[in-house]
This record gives sequence, C-alpha cells and structure tokens, in this order.
Amino acid sequence: MLTIGLGHYLTVAAILFTLGILGIFVNRKNVIVILMSIELMLLAVNINLVACSVHLGDLSGQVFALLVLTVAAGEAAIGLAILVVYFRNRGTIAVEDINLMKG
Amino acid sequence: MIIQALAFYLFAAITVVAGFMVVTAKNPVHSVLFLILAFFNAAALFVLMGAEFIAMILVIVYVGAVAVLFLFVVMMLDINFVELRQGFLQYLPLGLLVGAILLIELVIIVIGSVAAPGQLIAAATPTPDAAQVTNTHALGAVLYTKYVYLFQGAGLVLLVAMIGAIVLTHRTRTGVRRQDAGVQSARRREDSVELVKVRPGQGI
Repeated sequence: MLTIGLGHYLTVAAILFTLGILGIFVNRKNVIVILMSIELMLLAVNINLVACSVHLGDLSGQVFALLVLTVAAGEAAIGLAILVVYFRNRGTIAVEDINLMKG
Repeated sequence: MIIQALAFYLFAAITVVAGFMVVTAKNPVHSVLFLILAFFNAAALFVLMGAEFIAMILVIVYVGAVAVLFLFVVMMLDINFVELRQGFLQYLPLGLLVGAILLIELVIIVIGSVAAPGQLIAAATPTPDAAQVTNTHALGAVLYTKYVYLFQGAGLVLLVAMIGAIVLTHRTRTGVRRQDAGVQSARRREDSVELVKVRPGQGI
C-alpha cells in the first residue's frame, strides 16, 4: 500500500480516462465540455506513457508523451477556432443543431 | 517512502476529484478552472515519477495555453449554458454504465499486467542514471538526435494548427477605416484644398 508502483499510476490514469468518457456521454449538448473531456483523456494517456516510461527505464515513452502534448495543443486550438467560427455563423453551439451536412 | 506515498495519494485524489468536477460542474468556467487544477496535480504526479521536463511542459502548455484558450472561448461566446445543460440526467445512467464497464476493463488489464508481467523487451532508449544526468538533459539528448524527425513533425503539426486557426477565425471587416499608403501618397494638393474668396459680410 505504501510502496507506490506502476499499478497505482495506471489506476489513476484509468480513472481519469473513464471520467473523460463519462464527460462525453453526460454532456452531450455542450461542445466545450466535450473538448475538455478529450483533454482529460489525453492527460490520462500521458500519465500512462510516462509511468510506463519510468517503470521500464525507457525514455522514448516520455518523447511520445511530448508528441501527444503537441497534438493535444493543436487539437484544442483548431477545435476552439471551429467553435468560434460556428458560433459566429449560427449563433449557437448546441451539438444537436450541428446537422447541416446530414443531407 | 511514506512521504512519497502520501504525496501520491494526495495528488492522485485531487486529480481525480478535479476531473470529476470538470465533467459535472454546472458552469463551464468552473469546468475550466477544475481542468487547470487537474493539470497542476497531474504535473505534480509527473514530478513524483521523476519526469520533471514533461511536468513543466504540462504546466506551461496545458495551463498556460490550452486552459487559457478554453477560458477565453467560454467567456467570449455568449451561450445559454442552462439550455445546454438539459438532458444531463437523461444521459447519466448510460454514461455511468459505459464508464463503469470501461473502468472495470481497464483495472482488470492493469491488475493483470502487474500481477503477471510478461517478458521485458529491451529498452529502445535506456534512461541514463538520474544521479548523473538530469531528466531534461537526457530527454534533450534523445529528442534532438534519435527522434529529430518526430520533433520536426511535431513542429509541423503546430505550424499547421496555427495557420488553420488563423485562417478559420480571420475575417475582413467592412466599414473599418484603415491606413492606405498608396492613396495617401497619391493625394495631391489640387484634389483636397479649395480656395474660396469670401466677400465681406456674405459668408460662403
């Protein structure tokens, strides 16, 4: 219990990942919170990568975590830009109203 | 050892609670603030693991850029968040069910992998001794040599994201007075100055 090992960190990451999934399900209407949930899931993935990297003594996991961080930053910027443009055009960001391309 | 364990449990608990509050908070501004708290505590977990560079990058990139961007957008858009909140309880059972199943699966994987460790594959890039080389130094020595193409690719991703965000949100406004150097220097005295001879007592 008092010796913190790989399993502890992986459990924290699993709980965070599940919270991200839960956030996408319960906030079906709010795109901003959905984006935040995705950030939470990426954070969980990063915790996994770094924990395994430290456990195995392999630095490439931390390099990979850096790349995940980069992609997460780009994704947040693009997602929020799309959100701003959409709000400017339609005046709402409710998810169920985003059906223009449904045909 | 006990201090390390206590610190781990403290930071892990705060991270999980903050993550839960991100999902369930009524006000999206509170969600963003809890997200920042979760990021800070995750960074503390990284420090605890010995990955200081990732921890600092997490604070700088996530808290300094991404979370502030979220906060900016949440406050800039004039949205009726009460309306968006409807249906929260309707989706809650399904969300809890899916979350519970996923969590159970993940924990089973974690327990299984820890209890029955497979063969360890030789490390692709072995971590140098932490007493001699700092984490940042070791990461830099690997990142700029072995993974230089990935590093450049990450830079390209950021460049594309930046250009995309600017192209998406840029708009040319009409009716805004702007300086036009060509028009300014093409202006001649005859076009703009008119001499009027005013007789006394008559006005123009």
